[in-house]
Amino acid sequence: MARLSPAELRERLERDLPGAVVETTPLQISPPPAHGPPPGPYSTDDTLVAPDLLVEAACYLRDQLGYAFLSDLAVVDFLHAGLFELMYRFYHVDGGPALVLKLRVPRADPRVPSLTPRWPGANFHEREALDLFGIIFDGHPYPKRIYMWDEFEGWPMRKDFPRQGDKYIGEDE
Amino acid sequence: MLKTEELQINIGPQHPSTHGVFRMVVTLDGETVIDLKPVFGYLHRNHEQIAEQNSYLQNMPYTDRLDYFNSMANNHAYAMAVERLAGIAVPERAEYIRVLMVELTRILNHAGALGFLLNDMGMWQTQLAFGMREREKILDLFEAASGARLMCNYFRFGGVARDLPPDFVPHLRELLVAMPAFVDELERLLRENEILIQRSEGIGILPKELALAYSVTGPVLRGSGVPYDVRKAEPYSVYDRFDFDVPVGSVGDVYDRFLVRIEEMRQSRRIIEQIIEQLPDAQGGHINPKARQNVRPPVADSYARIESPKGELGFYLVSDGSTRPYRYKVRAPSFINLTPLGDMCRGYKVADVVVILGSIDIVMGEVDR
Repeated sequence: MARLSPAELRERLERDLPGAVVETTPLQISPPPAHGPPPGPYSTDDTLVAPDLLVEAACYLRDQLGYAFLSDLAVVDFLHAGLFELMYRFYHVDGGPALVLKLRVPRADPRVPSLTPRWPGANFHEREALDLFGIIFDGHPYPKRIYMWDEFEGWPMRKDFPRQGDKYIGEDE
Repeated sequence: MLKTEELQINIGPQHPSTHGVFRMVVTLDGETVIDLKPVFGYLHRNHEQIAEQNSYLQNMPYTDRLDYFNSMANNHAYAMAVERLAGIAVPERAEYIRVLMVELTRILNHAGALGFLLNDMGMWQTQLAFGMREREKILDLFEAASGARLMCNYFRFGGVARDLPPDFVPHLRELLVAMPAFVDELERLLRENEILIQRSEGIGILPKELALAYSVTGPVLRGSGVPYDVRKAEPYSVYDRFDFDVPVGSVGDVYDRFLVRIEEMRQSRRIIEQIIEQLPDAQGGHINPKARQNVRPPVADSYARIESPKGELGFYLVSDGSTRPYRYKVRAPSFINLTPLGDMCRGYKVADVVVILGSIDIVMGEVDR
């Protein structure tokens, strides 16, 4: 099965959906250590898309290229670089490797258009990202926390969330 | 028909048929379900964040606890993700042992799942005991190989923890000889069973297009008639060397999902027979002797997915060059398979909800993470 490589996907998207593909820049995950050589920058071969055109790009993958199966959505918190990276994986029903779309949003204002109205399978993925990272999905039909209770404050998977202490236990007593 | 007042009830969180601590808010009109909202989180322990504080190897036993029925399958997906990240090669013999363990896991998972499904229909214990009896035999083999029955912690980066004990293959052969009789018996018991047919045919229908749109995987997707199996779609490990079929259903109801699982047990047995044939010629030992276990992968990301008994299990890892994963994400099949539950139950009776949930086959350890 001949499937698209990331470079081919970028070409197709640039041709058919101008403005969707964003230049990837390597980023530093952590501040340089006091001793020893600093770790290399994090760079990716995958296609980085503009958040505004995510829905169009995803629908292009499904309707034009046949990648109908949205398998996964993962959020990575790059605290040092001040942004969130979202990774969407799409598969073709006939098989083959995935096409990956990534997008980066600033940590200060993490707003992403929701895929759920067009792609019901994104529902729980997006609610999980909302619950644990505080990503706001514009247009999600039921934007509620999925694991934590509704009154919970804070986003537990963010890197700056306190890992010790009992801030949330017995607060109202 | 007379319109009656709508009633909202909670099924769960403590309910014998929710397979763990899980709640469904069901809106009823008489006995008919008009809406269903699943409520998660009772078992949430932020697995992913805990894993980000562990070293790569410390996470191996922790993945056992995701889907505690199928610890071997969880180990496999995680080991593959780390090996891709750190560039570790796996010897041929180790690959065969891995696939053998995962296929045994598939058999025991389906035997258990079918037993529990019948339990949910009110046929008490008999079929469950049959399934559990077979499961015990496989668990004995796991214990012989890994030292543990459920939380096996058997896989290592570059192979498996130790080689198969000498009497493993003879015992496995005995099990394989006895297995067709068990599967046939189970199928006969269920296929001609009036209760099962009445309770499952035409119930919880998930059409093909909807199944794809909802991203469901595993027996649920194949029961709806989509022949998608990661073992065929994107062969990993040594799956391209085996000859096996991907069973599919036609309607997408509970009955189809049940038939797909029965047939998958037979196909797993076929794969294991081929493994036993090819295992003596396989190159290398049970582990790559050069593979370090305290890995420190370069800065990059990696993804690995396998066909776990419940569906597509994926691990996404991002390394920052240290000994701990910077990001560790699990794509849990049980969790995503629950997405269409509301649509599957709408229009059926409240008693069917339990059966439809049972046919998805979930484990809360993986759903809530």
